[in-house]
Amino acid sequence: MFLYDFTELTSKIHAGLVSSLGEGLLTTTIELSIAGVVVLLFYALVGLFLVYLERKVCAFFQCRLGPMRVGPWGLLQTIADFIKLMMKELITIKSADQLLFNVAPFIVIIASFLAIGAIPFAKGLHALDFDIGVLYVTAVSSLGVLGILLAGWSSNNKYSLIGAMRSGAQIVSYELSVGLSLITIVVLAGTMQFSQIIIGQTDGWFIIKGHIPAVIAFIIFIIASTAETNRGPFDLAEAESELTAGFHTEYSGIKFAFFFLAEFMNMFIVSSIAATVFFGGWMPFHIGGFDSFNHIMDFIPPVLWFFGKTFSIVFLMMWFKWTFPRLRIDQLLTLEWKYLLPINLVNILVMSLCVLNGWHF
Amino acid sequence: MVEEEVKKKFEAVEEYFINMGPQHPSTHGVLRLLINLKGEIVKDLKPYCGYIHRGIEKMCERNTYPQIIHLTDRLDYLSAHQNNEAVCLLVENALEIEVPERVKYIRTIMSELSRLASHQLWWCVMGMDMGALTTFFYGLRDRERILDIFEENCGGRLILSYNCPGGVMYDIKPDFQKKVKDFLTYFKKKLPEYNELLTGNVIFVERTRGAGYISKEDAISFGVTGPSGRGSGFSCDVRKHCPYSAYDKVQFKEILYSEGDSLARYKVRMDEMLESISIIEQLIDNIPEGDFAVKMKPIIKLPEGEYYQKVESSRGEFGVYVISKGEKNPYRIKFRSPNFANLSALDKMTRNSKIADLVAIMSSIDLVIPDIDR
Repeated sequence: MFLYDFTELTSKIHAGLVSSLGEGLLTTTIELSIAGVVVLLFYALVGLFLVYLERKVCAFFQCRLGPMRVGPWGLLQTIADFIKLMMKELITIKSADQLLFNVAPFIVIIASFLAIGAIPFAKGLHALDFDIGVLYVTAVSSLGVLGILLAGWSSNNKYSLIGAMRSGAQIVSYELSVGLSLITIVVLAGTMQFSQIIIGQTDGWFIIKGHIPAVIAFIIFIIASTAETNRGPFDLAEAESELTAGFHTEYSGIKFAFFFLAEFMNMFIVSSIAATVFFGGWMPFHIGGFDSFNHIMDFIPPVLWFFGKTFSIVFLMMWFKWTFPRLRIDQLLTLEWKYLLPINLVNILVMSLCVLNGWHF
Repeated sequence: MVEEEVKKKFEAVEEYFINMGPQHPSTHGVLRLLINLKGEIVKDLKPYCGYIHRGIEKMCERNTYPQIIHLTDRLDYLSAHQNNEAVCLLVENALEIEVPERVKYIRTIMSELSRLASHQLWWCVMGMDMGALTTFFYGLRDRERILDIFEENCGGRLILSYNCPGGVMYDIKPDFQKKVKDFLTYFKKKLPEYNELLTGNVIFVERTRGAGYISKEDAISFGVTGPSGRGSGFSCDVRKHCPYSAYDKVQFKEILYSEGDSLARYKVRMDEMLESISIIEQLIDNIPEGDFAVKMKPIIKLPEGEYYQKVESSRGEFGVYVISKGEKNPYRIKFRSPNFANLSALDKMTRNSKIADLVAIMSSIDLVIPDIDR
């Protein structure tokens, strides 16, 4: 059915390893390391590209050109910046809590790295696929707040502490909305496994199949996940005009780059989850019953579908970051607890009724 | 009793001090605020001035009157033209010189262009302080056109020094009128864009409404003038109450809002931009022919006495007070800078508001720090 299937490739690699080394610990270790290295490389590349994308997108919103000097259209700018950040001095403040101060950036980056393993990029191109995928991703991506809190606390700086306090309140609240809006779709899909969720969208994406409640869930997911990734208009933890740089004021060099990269990767992760859960991930655009149309759509590789959808959502998130002013902390919490959460709960009820009575496509 | 003591101790511990500035992205200069915070709530606030004190008033006492003009540029650099005008008017009134009509018209047009440029910069900085970075570039894009007009006619872009006692330094260029009219048609198209981006934004309105309230009585007693005072309903427009230059020849409204919050101050400035456009439009086609300056004596000596002249700068009432002993330089000079008075009301405005609001309120009263420290 699908023309571009990566299962064949992976099973061939597996068969080759088994025939030369035999089943055992060594084969598993090699396979896991290959997967790990591939994901790591992918992580770094997407991170660099996202930084470039953000600079270009924001430049075009602001009547500028953005980076133009390093490489054609400034394509090598982020690489140059990355090298600069690698070579910078790592300043550790005397009065900071040394252990926590040094551990915090790693917690943030590991949390986002763990989450990326569970995302299916194409059929068979999937590092982790288990039956509680959705739960796993929400659980792992919320670990990042620990790093932010530790960074703010251990910096021994009042501005950082305010930033960390804000992000604690913010991320813990918006976690609820992210989880509940995903549950709305899980109710429709009947499974938490990402590969099954995608297979369930063979005859139409969930945002079309689940009509009104699914659209509401998508809007809530986008708002809440923007808040969870600490991006504008919810970037209160950084809030450069109020708190200079919030929780990462005192970090320099590559440790600062870790926070920076993790923020961009978190944006990529939430966008890819939104693409997977609401827009079918790598699943081409299908309409139930139109077999010839569906077959034509299958010719477009699933990897293209996946990245097309994900980067459209990334663009959407950049769009409102560069347009809206920042919210205040009390307005932020009011929005979550008084509006998003009740709407979300009612939405789940509506979706359950739809599923029970078969009111969906 | 013990409980109360413990509670008192805890409250004392809960409050903490934080230094905002002199190096901080949103104090827009080297203002230092010592803020007493409880959580995120501002309990009280003390501004510490003097980080950019250059002793301009003392320097003025050593210099001659034409030299003083170049120093007033450095006070409030965004209303350099109005500041120059104040000194020139003072000298002209003291010597009882009547300047040609042409000078009055040019001065008024230049003042209003300065006001437009200043309000544009204020608008883009206000957006930036609240996290909408895009506004910054939109405002600067349009301000650039005014600065180009200044550069062509005055020789400077920010520090103009275009006025001199008895007139202006040089005559306007032949295409001045055309360029200004071109700019006005361009800017009238762009102003709705400003409104779309910030004025109509729900987040912006929610953040500024009710924030930084100051009543009319307080505004008067603190001496809050300019758009910040008019946002509280304090009618203080010098252009209206004591007209100078060509302001008595034009029709314009004094914008007054009674809410007294940041949103009202924002709206006053947005409406003032429209008023400035209409003032320029009334004058630009009718600039009379004539001299651009009166011939003055090479050494200007003011007769003995005390003089005061006020003008409406972009931020409020700018006054110059001079005591002359009949010398070529003033015996004592004092500038009444609008920002200093406006800053004094900041504590009153920000009490019990969030630290995020403090930044928004500060940009709503549009402080320029070199004018405070002088």
